[in-house]
Amino acid sequence: MTVLRLTDVVKTFPGVRALDGVSLEVEAGEVHCLLGQNGAGKSTLIKVLAGVHRPDSGSIEWQGTAATFATPQAAMKAGIATIYQELDLVDDLSVAENVFLGHEPRRLGFVARGAMVRRTRQILGGLGHAEIPPRREVRHLPNAGKQIVSMARALSREARLIVMDEPSAVLAHDEVGNLFRIIRELTAQGIAVIYISHRLEEIREIGDRVTVLKDGRTTAANLPARDTPTRELVSRMTGRTIEYVFPAHTATTPGDELLRVTGLTRSGEFSDVSLTVHSGEIVGIAGLVGSGRSELLETIYGARQADSGTVHVDGRPLRPGSVTASVRTGIGMAPEERKAQALLLGEPVYRNITLAAFARYARAGFTNTGREKAVAARVAERLDLRPRDVRRPVRTLSGGNQQKVVVGRWLVEDVRLLLLDEPTRGVDVGARAELYRIIRGLAADGVGVLLVSSEVPEVLGLADRVLVMREGRVIHSGPADQLDEDRVLDMVMAGSLLEEVEL
Amino acid sequence: MTSDVAAKLEAPVAARRSWWRDDATESLRRNLALVGVLLALFAIGAITKPDLYGDPDWVVNNMFTILKLASVIGVVTVGMTFVIIGGGIDLSVGAIIALAGVWATTVESQSYGPGGMIFAALAVGVGVGLVNGVLISYGRLVPFIATLAMLVAARGLASEISGQQTQISRSRFINDIASTNPLGIPLLVYLFAAVAAAGWVLLNRTTFGRRTVAVGGNPEAARLAGINVKRHTLLLYVLSGLCCGIGAIMLTSQATSAQAAMANLYELDAIAAAIIGGTLLAGGRGTIVGSLLGVLIFSTITNLFAINNLSTEAQNMLKGGIIVAAVLIQQFQFKSVSQFLARNRLTRT
Repeated sequence: MTVLRLTDVVKTFPGVRALDGVSLEVEAGEVHCLLGQNGAGKSTLIKVLAGVHRPDSGSIEWQGTAATFATPQAAMKAGIATIYQELDLVDDLSVAENVFLGHEPRRLGFVARGAMVRRTRQILGGLGHAEIPPRREVRHLPNAGKQIVSMARALSREARLIVMDEPSAVLAHDEVGNLFRIIRELTAQGIAVIYISHRLEEIREIGDRVTVLKDGRTTAANLPARDTPTRELVSRMTGRTIEYVFPAHTATTPGDELLRVTGLTRSGEFSDVSLTVHSGEIVGIAGLVGSGRSELLETIYGARQADSGTVHVDGRPLRPGSVTASVRTGIGMAPEERKAQALLLGEPVYRNITLAAFARYARAGFTNTGREKAVAARVAERLDLRPRDVRRPVRTLSGGNQQKVVVGRWLVEDVRLLLLDEPTRGVDVGARAELYRIIRGLAADGVGVLLVSSEVPEVLGLADRVLVMREGRVIHSGPADQLDEDRVLDMVMAGSLLEEVEL
Repeated sequence: MTSDVAAKLEAPVAARRSWWRDDATESLRRNLALVGVLLALFAIGAITKPDLYGDPDWVVNNMFTILKLASVIGVVTVGMTFVIIGGGIDLSVGAIIALAGVWATTVESQSYGPGGMIFAALAVGVGVGLVNGVLISYGRLVPFIATLAMLVAARGLASEISGQQTQISRSRFINDIASTNPLGIPLLVYLFAAVAAAGWVLLNRTTFGRRTVAVGGNPEAARLAGINVKRHTLLLYVLSGLCCGIGAIMLTSQATSAQAAMANLYELDAIAAAIIGGTLLAGGRGTIVGSLLGVLIFSTITNLFAINNLSTEAQNMLKGGIIVAAVLIQQFQFKSVSQFLARNRLTRT
């Protein structure tokens, strides 16, 4: 019996067509896997199901009748529960309070705490986790425990469909087995599960059918999870329709060694990472979100302190844990979250561009705004910033132009090593091509670039050398022209081609 | 989801915003509105007391009365404005003034003459600010809690030092500060103007000011751009403490004495003045001129109530209403009604 049927669902955001005709069919009691690269539209799709976003067009049929979920509450009431990757629990409330958040059992207008605790204990017992105390504050639970609580919450709502967004990402290896046992018990009761994961081996083990998304479209529906060949799944995810326009790769010989990272480790994030970047070289790091790439970049930059390992620039050790020292050495970083980590949104463009350099233009502590504006105007010219007026607040710029400001900050002074974390996230196609051109241009000028991106074609198209990271470790390192998208994706997701690759 | 909403809102707005709605002139527009409020208060005075306002000499004198009334709070508000723009809050300013004033007027301090007294007041201000700053930046205490604790502790210490007695200042030099009028203008007003001008330059023309805005606007971005956020945060509280030290000398001079209960609730007046002046309580935005106008509005109201022989109770209620109105206006940011409605619609869906 089909519980959920999506037909040609479209959802657009300003500048982006996040869903461009997605169809999906889920049957009662099955584990339906969603597969797709970052940006393929999986997150938007589950937000449509959860009532967070409303589709622009297309139809949703839920248990045989047409439905739209105007609010998250409506979706939950209808019986669709979503377990987000970041586990949206309230840390300060108890397990039972979290499970019944928003639909507490009441007596005479008061929360019936006893009944709530009893019901919670029942549900947790049913999930095989009677050991979780219902009165314990959620913050004291490990991630695996929090996930169980999220599932208990879904069951307390009598959900008929549970959407799980990368549930295994927060779990240790042995905990995944327990998760699968629970999923099997749920499906045996006729509950449908939409399971999102990048790990092919999990999809093979737990999944019944697979739907593949690419660039907001369904490219393959209802493939058998167990015996569809890896090649086919991967090729359905790639072979894109969005054209990546990369500037031609000019053969340049990299200069002297600029950065040497040896055995860098931060427990729980990445371990024993060694790499080098030469001047004029672009080194790309491919890996999934959560593979430790961003943390690695921030640690090299000094924004986080390493547990062990060393970072040398020009053969001299870099002072660990000091961004100020890194900036003085000529290192710049464009962080992943431009709004949260990089920009002063209300401040004018020029002040954002000179944020790391204004003190150097100052005389006796007095800022030299004339010079700052002139420098920023030159950067704006070079990046083709639109609009060109550097006195406008950054807030009024489009995402792509904001991103140019973030990168442009490091074109102001003699930056020698640039760390770029997802430099094109949320940037439209045109601005992307310009950013690629800029990054290439910097390398041609002798700047060393260390680039992190979830989009494999971007890493392959820009970088001279590619490192592949998986679960905090570098599993492959080699020239970009010896790799292709399928192979990198396969390493990133399953590691099954690992044997063929010499490390 | 919020960023989606924000993007939807901003994209079309940016295109058709005229210079009048331009962000660059926003603080100017706000300050003009505050000047309008001041003029309105003047008009109310002229209507309620036409006989007094008909006399030009009285009007000029009354203006100086208002400015003198505003001077101490004004100096404190300059420091407070920096702290709030930098993303913090300083609840201990009144207590610092009391401690600095009491410390400066002990028999011991007075024995060093006026120089010793001024030094004592400034050193106490800077010292207490330093303690606040260290607790907040390196001890990672929430500013609200750290300075609330300081509010209680500093007044306690002031009370201990003074033995709950009013300490008379015997220094002619100190006492004369409040009573001399070079060129017909009270010296206190000169001091107020000097601190305000210095604050304006510091905020708008120096790297210190630029860092203040960056640290308050987006501390993570400031940190990743190489700014030492912790050290800067510490310096902001030191600056606030220094302003309190200056304020303590001015207030001691006005009263020719100091006691542990002096400058009571000054923190509320200073915060309120800064907020009315357009300083964003979340940090990252604010102007010295706006804060000064906020101070002047408050002292003009006090003056207006005094010349009309009205109660302080009514006055406080009006002040409370003004604070609420100012923050409401700040939230709507002078945007049009249609935009306001559009935003509400978006957040509901």
